Amino acid sequence: MNDPPLITLDRVNKSYRMGASTLHVLKDVDLAVGRGAFVSIMGSSGSGKSTLLNVLGILDDYDSGSYTLDGTPIRELSERRAARYRNRFIGFVFQSFNLLAFKTALENVALPLYYQGVSRRERNRIAFSYLERLDIADRAEHLPSELSGGQKQRVALARALITQPKLILADEPTGALDTDTSYRLMELLREINAEGITIVVVTHEKDIAERTQRIIRLRDGRVVEDAAA
Amino acid sequence: MSFDGLRELFDTVNRNRLRTALTALSVAWGIFMLVILLAAGTGLERGVAHNFRDDAVNSIWIRPGKTSLPHAGHTPGRSVQFTNDDMAAVSRSVSGIEHITGRFYLWGEYFVSYGQEHGSFDIRGCHPDHRYLEKTLMLAGRFIDDLDIEKRRKVAVIGPEVRTALFKGKDPLGEYVKIRGVNYRVVGVFEDEGGQNELRKIYIPISTAQLVYHGADRLHHIMYTVGDASTEASERMVAETRALLARRHDFSPQDRRAVNIQNNLQEFQRIKQIFDWIRAFVWIVGIGTIFAGVVGVSNIMLISVQERTKEIGIRKAIGATPWSIVSSILQEAVLVTSAAGYSGLVAGVALVEFVSKTIPENDYVRNPEVDLRMALVATFILVACGALAGLVPAVRAARVKPVVAMREE
Repeated sequence: MNDPPLITLDRVNKSYRMGASTLHVLKDVDLAVGRGAFVSIMGSSGSGKSTLLNVLGILDDYDSGSYTLDGTPIRELSERRAARYRNRFIGFVFQSFNLLAFKTALENVALPLYYQGVSRRERNRIAFSYLERLDIADRAEHLPSELSGGQKQRVALARALITQPKLILADEPTGALDTDTSYRLMELLREINAEGITIVVVTHEKDIAERTQRIIRLRDGRVVEDAAA
Repeated sequence: MSFDGLRELFDTVNRNRLRTALTALSVAWGIFMLVILLAAGTGLERGVAHNFRDDAVNSIWIRPGKTSLPHAGHTPGRSVQFTNDDMAAVSRSVSGIEHITGRFYLWGEYFVSYGQEHGSFDIRGCHPDHRYLEKTLMLAGRFIDDLDIEKRRKVAVIGPEVRTALFKGKDPLGEYVKIRGVNYRVVGVFEDEGGQNELRKIYIPISTAQLVYHGADRLHHIMYTVGDASTEASERMVAETRALLARRHDFSPQDRRAVNIQNNLQEFQRIKQIFDWIRAFVWIVGIGTIFAGVVGVSNIMLISVQERTKEIGIRKAIGATPWSIVSSILQEAVLVTSAAGYSGLVAGVALVEFVSKTIPENDYVRNPEVDLRMALVATFILVACGALAGLVPAVRAARVKPVVAMREE
């Protein structure tokens, strides 16, 4: 592809202060993810993969280096702008789903549009169409507590998709799911990717990573391997 | 705020009903108590003011007594007897007197009749100025005047109860009533707020009373008002009066039992002072109550924000701006406190109204009432403080990184 990549990380460093000592989590991470890619980031716990995902998702800041998302430098953004970029560019899928317990599936999916100022009727209509697409429209009026893990993750996926983001970031999306459901979710992600949305999945499961197109391995905060799956 | 935002707001308020109810209760209770306190304060104050309204509060009453100290060769235990000359001397020598009157009592109730009607009433001889001392209001005719005194006219000014008892709705002016066999022409009907007893009185010129009832020139009381003199000035007048009477009646100026001088102004000021204290007390307790309410609100807002850290993290991850987080928490605080404060206000006012309507008339509390403006200001302060109390944790929560927030379970 001749397009500039969607994500460019250039020597990104990030460390956490833990009392007196500092924990250097990301060490000179260089990374480029092209548009439409389907990438997994692998590593054991403590390898820095979640931190990397948080930096990519503008959920967390980094110390040095540069991060460019869709041609926009992401550096010391105001909270407001960060919130807007998150809302417009990125959809999140989390291991623990992170659905709001007191809202129905439909309302959960519609919530990102609330922050875009879309009217209730309109956003519920759109949310419903996404639920239909992910084949859980019959659960629209259920609370998360009444859904199975796989259903919850599909609701979360619908919520991530509703703003038509350029990038889906999934943090151990299959961590709380059984193998069958995990594979089905990966299949869904692959379909979504086929429509042109870039997807980055963080996982420590090899079989999950193998269902993406490219695997980036992290160890102790460094990229140690970057290869096609 | 949009309707949509409102809906979102009710959603969160509704979610934790117990917490919301507790916040609301602490606020409502604070305002409720404040309203009750303020009303009780006003009621007490009015009760006292009511007790004083019958008599001029700036009056000084002088009653003769018995000497208790030996003086100038006299042994103690002599009775002091006032005369017309005493009153004239007081009127002449004590500066600052506004109105002055003597009183001559006909002891016990007198049999009074008009035609076939009769009754027993209290008769008082007095000077024209007496009306200012008792705050007497004329319903019809006139009060006793100087000519009545000079000519020792047999005229009477009667209370409304006397009129009802004797005249049965007939116009009493110009009619003659018989007091122990002596005819008096009725020249006026008065009204007095002093209560039942005052309405059963008959006033006659003091000179007439002294003549007809063998009083010679004796007086039972001397009373005067001090105008708008200060308490200090009135005390000086009391001292002057005592010194003057001591000289005239040969008793020691230190002898406080020889004449009994009651300074109503001083009394009134003292009670007013008590009320200043009560009012200050009400304010202190009221502010304390509001403060307790604010602490309650802050506490619950703090817990509420703490509880919602994860939710806030999720919302931020999907695009909520910090301001939208802060404002939603603030709006929740304001909504809950103002609704609760308002209900507390309404409940308090309702209770005060109810009590005000149902308590029997008494000497201590009258017309308890709340200054609504003050109560509203208090409610507003509480709402503002509640919002402020919510602001601190809300801002802190909105600043938390979504990652950190979501990690909390």
